[in-house]
Amino acid sequence: MTTQTTLPAKAGHDTATDSATKAHRMSLLNGLFELRAFIALAVLVVVFSLLSDSFLTVTNLITMTKHVAINAIIALGMLLVILKGGIDLSVGSVVGLSGVVAGELLQGLRLGFLDTIAYPPVWAVIVLCVAVGMLVGLVNGVLITRFRVAPFIATLGMLYVARGLALLISNGTTYPRLAGSPELGNTGFGFLGSGRPLGLPTSIWLMAILAAAVALVLIKSPFGRWLYATGGNDRAAELSGVPVRRVKTIVYVVAGGCAAVAGLIIASELTSAAPQAGETYELNAIAAVVIGGAALSGGRGTVRGTLVGAFVIGFLADGLVLLGVSTFWQILIKGAVIVLAVMLDQGQQRFQRRQGALASAAAATKTPSV
Amino acid sequence: MNPVLRACGVTKVYGGTHALKGVDFAIAAGRVTALFGENGAGKSTLMKILAGIEQPTTGHIELDGTTVRPRSAREAADQGISIIHQELSLCPNLSVQDNLFLAREIRTRGIVDRAAQREATLAVLRRLEEDLDPDRLVGDLRLGQQQIVEIARALLQNARVLIMDEPTSALTAPEVAVLFRIIRELTTSGVAVVYISHHLDEALEIADDVAVLRDGNLVAAGAASEVTLGWIVRHMVGRDPDALFPYRETIVGAPVLSADRVVVADPHNPHRLAVNQVSLTLHEGEIVGVYGLMGSGRTELLETLAGRITPAAGTITLDGSPLGDAGIRRRIAEGIALVPEDRQRDGLVQSMSVGQNLSLAGLSRFVRNLLVTRSAEREAVERTITEVTIKTSGATAAIGSLSGGNQQKVVIGKALLTRPRVLLLDEPSRGVDVGAKADIFELMAAQARRGLSVLFATSEAEEALHIPDRLLVLARGVVVGEYRRGQITREELMSLSDGRVAAPAAQREPAL
Repeated sequence: MTTQTTLPAKAGHDTATDSATKAHRMSLLNGLFELRAFIALAVLVVVFSLLSDSFLTVTNLITMTKHVAINAIIALGMLLVILKGGIDLSVGSVVGLSGVVAGELLQGLRLGFLDTIAYPPVWAVIVLCVAVGMLVGLVNGVLITRFRVAPFIATLGMLYVARGLALLISNGTTYPRLAGSPELGNTGFGFLGSGRPLGLPTSIWLMAILAAAVALVLIKSPFGRWLYATGGNDRAAELSGVPVRRVKTIVYVVAGGCAAVAGLIIASELTSAAPQAGETYELNAIAAVVIGGAALSGGRGTVRGTLVGAFVIGFLADGLVLLGVSTFWQILIKGAVIVLAVMLDQGQQRFQRRQGALASAAAATKTPSV
Repeated sequence: MNPVLRACGVTKVYGGTHALKGVDFAIAAGRVTALFGENGAGKSTLMKILAGIEQPTTGHIELDGTTVRPRSAREAADQGISIIHQELSLCPNLSVQDNLFLAREIRTRGIVDRAAQREATLAVLRRLEEDLDPDRLVGDLRLGQQQIVEIARALLQNARVLIMDEPTSALTAPEVAVLFRIIRELTTSGVAVVYISHHLDEALEIADDVAVLRDGNLVAAGAASEVTLGWIVRHMVGRDPDALFPYRETIVGAPVLSADRVVVADPHNPHRLAVNQVSLTLHEGEIVGVYGLMGSGRTELLETLAGRITPAAGTITLDGSPLGDAGIRRRIAEGIALVPEDRQRDGLVQSMSVGQNLSLAGLSRFVRNLLVTRSAEREAVERTITEVTIKTSGATAAIGSLSGGNQQKVVIGKALLTRPRVLLLDEPSRGVDVGAKADIFELMAAQARRGLSVLFATSEAEEALHIPDRLLVLARGVVVGEYRRGQITREELMSLSDGRVAAPAAQREPAL
């Protein structure tokens, strides 16, 4: 039994096999399109390892992946926001704010009314910092869903507000020596940045765990389905009983939380927290999500794609540094890669639509297509 | 006959929907050609292709015997083909004058000559007997006036072919009379006019030639003087209308859902009520129809029952207990499911598969330990695909690969997958072919036999007369009549619901 029997009887043997090979070629082309981010990553790895001996070494790969992890963790939150059809410009500032809050807490929290200084343990510092990030996200979500501020504007506003808060709290200075001291019971913050459980840096583990969790939510949970539906068509989702507002708010809260985690990792790696940390990181995160094939209009995108996108950006940047390419060229090349990725994405979609329409028209008029 | 404009073997495919299947259509100079067809027959698509807004998938169009390929409305207009859209295509944030001359500004040395534009605007509005300030914002005009602006814009372009897609839907009777006089003036000067309207008698009155589209095919054409309304309807429907609506025995059970004096404010016009003091009761096993034209409040009524709109006054009760301000989500859980009118805008998520669309509203049924049980979901989806007879390659197929009728079945299937007790359908047969239409009506009947109460809104008189056990006629948000099947004729129905005719004093009679 073959599916070819459904072809119009008019089509002779030759045309049938012809169209079969053609269809085969089309699906192959389509497959290449889908894998383009992977291919780009593979090309990067091959080219850089040919040009530099030190690129494809375990040490370098781990170092580069550590860099990737920070962007990837922010990008995971950004992916959720973009799947919803929104954008979050405030995550870079949340990175800075989170580090500053950690710095403030580890230096000791002056409680004026008790006339004492509190030194919260590291786990409490982490929880509080993530909560601060989520709070910024909640403000974004409420502005967008309740007050109907456009996501771009609301999060642009919070970009400044969060950065301003970070500068106010720190008074514009960097918090040094976040290692804590044993007598105060607040040591161990360095683990996030320089710990190596099972031989791999903590940040890489965090990236893997967060990616797995987000993927699980997206693929298996009702929330994931709600999110894809809301991003694809929020009116249809609402009429299907999806709590659209709640979904829209939650993605910003998660994005804020992810950015706070990234901020903690950076502060821990440097054992110091600067209020300027994370500037323009939101753009790197958006780039990773977009290179990974997500649609800015919402409803389309995967964790896998976003991770690959983060690796492409990270490996590209580090590889160029390794080759001694000037910083100015690095910036230009990064921009070109982002635009190229989106162009390919548009090309693929148009290609798929045209294939579908032509095949369909040919079937309807029952005449051989030209 | 000497055609000015001719469509030759034109096909058009949107995703998997075949809007046109090889249409040959010709328009003569100096004559009005009325184009008839049900919703979704392909009228608007054909007109968009003639006017350059859409390009045919295959086939071509000829102007004066030479092939033309206008790639935009602008290019078509430059060649003398203008269109008045069904959906208004004006910029609400610009003035009347700016809209009329948009992209065709009168320029003197590169600067817009506003004085000249204003004069031309006043002249064309005088011709249309409409007293409008050229500097008023279009967004501040009422719908009928916006339609006049749309018509004025087409007149300004001195078109040789003028396409009017539902030009009178928002006009008052005197405005229609003016429009008809202008159409006559135009044809006398040699302009070819294509006229599309849901008001069949009105279109037949102005037409010289008629053509009927059905399911993307041109099925009949002739001179207006030689055809009757019956002939047109027969060709539009394509079969004996009765065959589409089989007789159905109903066993009506206990009351399920009832609305008591529900009032809904018009979201677009605070001084108007979209739904005014409407009361109704739905029983188990019963199909109730709501007949109403656009703007009658039928959509608002259904969306209020479904929980999307909060009524300004009145109560809605399910099994005797008030639903209060329960939103869509709660009402779905309580057993009320809505199939919205515009399936592209409100019904489907294009970026998700057929199966994911089907299970979206009933997803909570498959959740175990916070996660969706794929096997249970797949089973329910497969069962629904069979139950509502969706023709698809499988649950993972893209929504866009389905025909309009099958897409509509997905939206209905999605509602049924929530295991509703009350099924609300807003224009369920809009934009679907005749075969799918029959399937959908059969599906509604089958659900009623299983004890569901079915409420459906329609603007097609034939459906309203034949499908429901009980029919409510809605005009301007008010129920102007309630009838059992067979108690009202087509003509009575049309005159009762027509927004232009003053609704007669309520002649309600108790139905049950």
